[in-house]
Amino acid sequence: MRHQGSFAHLESEAIEIFREVAATAARPVMLYSIGKDSSVMLRLAQKAFYPGPLPFPLMHINTGWKFREMIAFRDRIVAEIGLQLISHTNPRGAAEGIGPFTHGSAYHTDVMKTEALKQAIDQYGFDVAFGGARRDEEKSRAKERIFSFRAPGHRWEPKAQRPELWNLYNTRINAGESIRVFPLSNWTEADIWGYIQQEEIPIVPLYFAAERPVVKRYGQWIMVDDQRMPLEPGEAPELRMVRFRTLGCYPLTAAVESSATTLEEIVAETLGATTSERQGRVIDHDGAGSMERKKQEGYF
Amino acid sequence: MDTLRFITCGSVDDGKSTLIGRLLYETKLIFEDQLEALMADSKKFGTQGERMDFALLVDGLQAEREQGITIDVAYRFFATEKRRFIVADTPGHEQSTRNMATGASTADAAVLLIDARKGVLTQTKRHSRITAMFGVRHIVLAVNKMDLVDWSQARFDEIAADYRRFAADLNFASISAIPISALEGQNILDSATAAMPWYRGQSLLQWLETVPNAESDVTQPFVMPVQWVNRPNLDFRGFAGRIGSGKIRPGDSVRISPSGVVSRAKEIAAWDGPLAEAVAGDSITLVLADEVDASRGDVIAAAERPVEVADQFEAEILWMSEQPMLPGRAYAAQIHSKSANLTITDIKHRLDINSGARLAAKTLGLNEIATVNISFDRPVPFAPFKDNQRLGAFILIVKLTNETVCAGVIHFALRRAVNVHWQVLEVTKSARAALMRQQPRCLWFTGLSGSGKSTIANLLDKRLHADGRLTYILDGDNVRHGLNRDLGFTEADRVENIRRIGEVAKLMVDAGLIVIVSFISPFRAERDLARGLFAAGEFVEIFVDTPLEECERRDVKGLYAKARRGELKNFTGIDSAYEAPEKPELHLRTLEAQPEVCVERIVEWLEN
Repeated sequence: MRHQGSFAHLESEAIEIFREVAATAARPVMLYSIGKDSSVMLRLAQKAFYPGPLPFPLMHINTGWKFREMIAFRDRIVAEIGLQLISHTNPRGAAEGIGPFTHGSAYHTDVMKTEALKQAIDQYGFDVAFGGARRDEEKSRAKERIFSFRAPGHRWEPKAQRPELWNLYNTRINAGESIRVFPLSNWTEADIWGYIQQEEIPIVPLYFAAERPVVKRYGQWIMVDDQRMPLEPGEAPELRMVRFRTLGCYPLTAAVESSATTLEEIVAETLGATTSERQGRVIDHDGAGSMERKKQEGYF
Repeated sequence: MDTLRFITCGSVDDGKSTLIGRLLYETKLIFEDQLEALMADSKKFGTQGERMDFALLVDGLQAEREQGITIDVAYRFFATEKRRFIVADTPGHEQSTRNMATGASTADAAVLLIDARKGVLTQTKRHSRITAMFGVRHIVLAVNKMDLVDWSQARFDEIAADYRRFAADLNFASISAIPISALEGQNILDSATAAMPWYRGQSLLQWLETVPNAESDVTQPFVMPVQWVNRPNLDFRGFAGRIGSGKIRPGDSVRISPSGVVSRAKEIAAWDGPLAEAVAGDSITLVLADEVDASRGDVIAAAERPVEVADQFEAEILWMSEQPMLPGRAYAAQIHSKSANLTITDIKHRLDINSGARLAAKTLGLNEIATVNISFDRPVPFAPFKDNQRLGAFILIVKLTNETVCAGVIHFALRRAVNVHWQVLEVTKSARAALMRQQPRCLWFTGLSGSGKSTIANLLDKRLHADGRLTYILDGDNVRHGLNRDLGFTEADRVENIRRIGEVAKLMVDAGLIVIVSFISPFRAERDLARGLFAAGEFVEIFVDTPLEECERRDVKGLYAKARRGELKNFTGIDSAYEAPEKPELHLRTLEAQPEVCVERIVEWLEN
């Protein structure tokens, strides 16, 4: 990724997708994960419906293990723009005290993200959910339609996707079915950063390098964001200049060492990166095809 | 910097995925962690022995990796100093043609892979036809695996000439040919190759960097389908949509189709301040100077170049479903922002993919291409696909399953609707109805064979007749003796059967009669089609609901027994589906009510 494109085409395509849902869906919702892609998606939605407000609520699936700075940022943005936000936590998982340290990353993700998401969509009766996934992130995402049809039970059937021709989206569904819609499908990581820079979109400060308390686990820097993180005997958090390329649950999201404290520096670093952004995602390494399996089960 | 969207296509095993993997590798788009994963995967699934199997970079689905084939289109991104690229790697298998079409529909250019050993294959031709049909203008033949034919110039020339002969009538703006080896990286990045000193043309990447992309032509007249009306409060009303062609500035005169109303562009509203100009490809919110009416599916165009409106067209279609296409059946259609019902009225010819021959056809199967006549149930603003892709492309959806089954492009409007004017009669339906002192209606009985439709219909007929009403019964069996004697019981014939009955009933209602139609009419789509022929309130759908076991127990005509013995094919309820009405005007459960009681309910309903 040596170059940034011009964003006019990507922006217009995303806006068209937002409006198509507004015109055809009964009860849409935008999944808001607080990360950089969600921030871009939010700005595009604002543009799509200007001068009106967003014709749908935002929903945050809160696992209870997000970085504290993410939640603070979320609450600030929601208040500033005047958004309707639904924050959903899986009550079963919360009651059972499920977390990544005690139950492992796979089970935690399964209960607190996938199950929670399906639960919330069913509970509120949403028929369309926007997500910020991009095709350049991962191999099974590269195969996904912009309007991604979900059978009852939220199942994605990768071998039987609806054909998607031109910009003619089939938005028709029967009861119990739903559609996940990805306005950023054709954006790359470099596009996201370039657009954030061009539009001066606010993002969580964790994306910028700062001295943070981290420990090394399995060769990756994990930030000690609160006291729930159990330390190994003799292990002590050390302060290092780090930043995050993606954000999620803090125990599952590795930091990279960096001195990039401005957007310009982040963009320069991204364009010169030799590893993919998802390298910092612990769940992707559960085995080849793990993302596809999670997606089939209803993960975004 | 601009973006080129292209597809790689061609027959299975011609090396599409390997080529893309090679392009990503050569343009340094593979990250270290991805390269590590690739090494591991190559050992596990790879087909290249100790070498890296680049195909595994793009074949992302487990099933694809296990079977070593591409099932669905994958989108990959890379860039050079000159351009950004979005490449759609499309599957080569014939069963996956609809996924290939998905990729082709948004592409500016196509890279068609050919195995130098095999030359031009059926699938090469199929992909070429679909590529051309879906509006891709530039195609390059990547004659691959040149290493396996000893880098032979003669072989390359032969294949290129073969292909040019075949593609002459496909209307590509340009056809190029490049000899390559994706595996060995020959003629991919650089064109200087020791292996093929005889080749002096561009490398594949050079071609991709210079081929014209389909940046919309801003010199065309302004056209924008209304996608969504933005009305957040009483003071603002904006028409949101994506500009299909041309450009717009505040002050420009516009005309709305189909209403023909003229207005002026007042403002192009935008989040970061009103725009002075917007061009093809932009998603905008347009505020007009006058309080005019326009809704989703209408088209706003330059006033002096309004968009045409018609309801019947010749079109070319690709059928994408295992369920056959049925002429006469109503499908849900989406053309730009417009939703409508569409029937295919005539298959002019089916295309033989291999020879290009025009074949006669009664239905279409999966992956077949045909030239057809189509009819929308309402006038639709349009442009021929070759002039404007946004206004000339459509998809068809099966209403019951919501499956996308067809992609089509409009050739031109048939002028029939314009030339065959409806003869306006002086004596109207309401005049006749007044004379007869009755409200003309079509009472449409639907239900399984043996459900009691005819019994109830006959009783109702007697009762209405006794009340002094003018009635007529159209009975399924009776009509099959005359008007529909040429029709059998295949799905296609049953659709046509219902269409004719609907039309006859419509004429009778027009004549002022109360028409009682008693037909199994198993498919929702056809009943909806019949309903669409009538004015609001005229069509009364009466669902005679008797469970299959009960119908089979009664078996008045002995047909169920016959069907069970396999002597009767396509029998509703046995080996052909019955789609129960979702919202019938009347729902009669015969297990709970005698026929006389059912008749009372109908009469009561009619009087209210």
